[in-house]
Amino acid sequence: MSFVALRMLIGDRLKYLALVAGLAFAGLLVTQQSSIFTGYASRMGVWIRETAENDLWVMDPQVQYSDDIKPITDTMLYRVRGVEGVRWAAPMYKGFLPARLPDGTITTVRVVGLDDATLTGGPARMVEGALADLRQDRAMIVHVRQAADGLRLKSGMPGEGPRPLRVGDEVSINDNSLRVTGVFDASDEFFWDPVVYTTYSRALSIAPRTRKLSTFVLVKTAEGADVKDVARRIEASTGMRAMTPGQFDRLTMWFLLTRTGILVNFGITVALGVVIGVLASAQTFFSFIVENTRHFATIKAMGGSDWTITRMILLQVLVVGGVGYGIGLGLAAVTGQFFAGGGLAFRMPWQIPVLGAVSVLGCCMFAGMISAFRVFRLQPAAVFKA
Amino acid sequence: MTTLLAQPDAITFDRRVDTAALRGIAVRCVGVTKTYGSGQSAVMALRGIDLEVKTGELLMLVGPSGCGKTTLISIIAGILDYDQGECAVLGQDPKRMSARELTRLRGANVGFVFQAYNLIPTLNAAENSAIPLLLNGVPRAKAVKRAREMLGRVGLADRWKSLPAQLSGGQQQRVAITRALVHEPRLIVCDEPTAALDHETGGRVMELLRAVALDEGRALVIVTHDPRIFGFADRIAKMDDGRITSINEGRHEDRSTARGAGGTSDGLTGLLSK
Repeated sequence: MSFVALRMLIGDRLKYLALVAGLAFAGLLVTQQSSIFTGYASRMGVWIRETAENDLWVMDPQVQYSDDIKPITDTMLYRVRGVEGVRWAAPMYKGFLPARLPDGTITTVRVVGLDDATLTGGPARMVEGALADLRQDRAMIVHVRQAADGLRLKSGMPGEGPRPLRVGDEVSINDNSLRVTGVFDASDEFFWDPVVYTTYSRALSIAPRTRKLSTFVLVKTAEGADVKDVARRIEASTGMRAMTPGQFDRLTMWFLLTRTGILVNFGITVALGVVIGVLASAQTFFSFIVENTRHFATIKAMGGSDWTITRMILLQVLVVGGVGYGIGLGLAAVTGQFFAGGGLAFRMPWQIPVLGAVSVLGCCMFAGMISAFRVFRLQPAAVFKA
Repeated sequence: MTTLLAQPDAITFDRRVDTAALRGIAVRCVGVTKTYGSGQSAVMALRGIDLEVKTGELLMLVGPSGCGKTTLISIIAGILDYDQGECAVLGQDPKRMSARELTRLRGANVGFVFQAYNLIPTLNAAENSAIPLLLNGVPRAKAVKRAREMLGRVGLADRWKSLPAQLSGGQQQRVAITRALVHEPRLIVCDEPTAALDHETGGRVMELLRAVALDEGRALVIVTHDPRIFGFADRIAKMDDGRITSINEGRHEDRSTARGAGGTSDGLTGLLSK
């Protein structure tokens, strides 16, 4: 009876297209919103993940996320270095400082100061110049996309139009003149303030003078040492917090999700998408079954069992759900790719299509089964009622 | 005898009915009652029905609206439970059968013709007609092929691809009759088969059903209000207020003549293609 079920479903093109459109809409909403949410969530800890050389981040115990600046003393570096199981430790400065661009634009930048000797914690991908160029006088490097966006020169230099900040340009950071010596590439972050890298000592020299200057200590553990044991030892001996990159990433993500309202806002959007899309589809499918109740009753009278009817309805659900959801998923992927260039945070790991399919098809099956129960309860004698 | 249903390459499936054991009786109801609802809102639709439907006969159930005709035909077709009494359908009591067994018995042995045809609008004539075969597990291609052959025998050979909406009322009812016959059932029940048809078309449809009734071992029960078709009946059972008040011989005078004229497929095709 499979082909009868399919012909009942597809035979009325208009209703079939309405069903497919409803489910495509549901699939689009569910997968697109989930992917955007995942995109934003994955951006939250990207700076931590891409600072990949260290095994541990040591920081003030009150730090709640990667850009939460809680300075620690310079001497903490030496105390960490003295802990058993630490192979090496490097200081890192991070702070928000005002910057004046060559065209006079004033903006805020996140200055990251890397250990002068090793440049540990620097970006992995250089587009122009080399990381080692940071050792040049007054050197700093900028992010390739931020140079064309947040650091873009609106009026350019005399005789020029608007243009990205580029190698050779002078930027005044906290009234200290620095020169762009390189351009790096890194994944887009959740935070929007441009990041510039310089050396640790230069960062301290341009930052406001406070008693505590350092921000993080990056730690590499000795070969064979248990990272968690080392972390516990550091915490015990310094009073600081030591976290693996994964822990710091999760801490950052959880803080931003819960404290910024993103989780609630996106949760509501995704939930509304699911509710509106799936309920609309379920209602449409329910109407389809109700409209066909007479035909199902006829089939039942002619010898169709409840199991036959169930299989027919399940097949109809799977076909219309599969086609509709597939179209929605495809649209989500296409729009995600299309707008990704415009800065849309869009990330669709395999779990999203799978969970989306489970939710959309599951709801349709639920609606289908509710409809089917109407048919089950129906006495086949109903076919003789005009 | 070459009958309407005789096929050179018969499609067989388990019918679960011992035709020989029927001994000429397709349906036997004794003291059958049926009540809808309960308490003060209870409506007694059947008040003790005694009725036999013989194999090879066309029995009509007539009577005013609400007298219990549809309830009785539903019980006879095995699609409605009765309350008391006994009712053997093709030698088996539906009350003593599981729902699954009853569904199988019905699917293999009962054909239905409805007043409103009940054709699935998105299936063509052949596909609609093939449904009973599909329900009995016959492969689609074989079922549709048989349905096309059957449609040819009711004068719709060139309309097998047509959707119900593309057919006239009479043609739709012929498709419905083909659907009722395609699996060669032992019992055919019809609910007002001519109610939606004009006199001439209704007459042709009845000629077709009449021809089917002549096939040995087959029985037809027709519920009707239409006095114009009484002449096609072997017997007419009149009902009123949930009882059978009388059973009369029909006016169909010469069954052997009809057997010769309409009982063969060629004769029938000629009849319907007028």
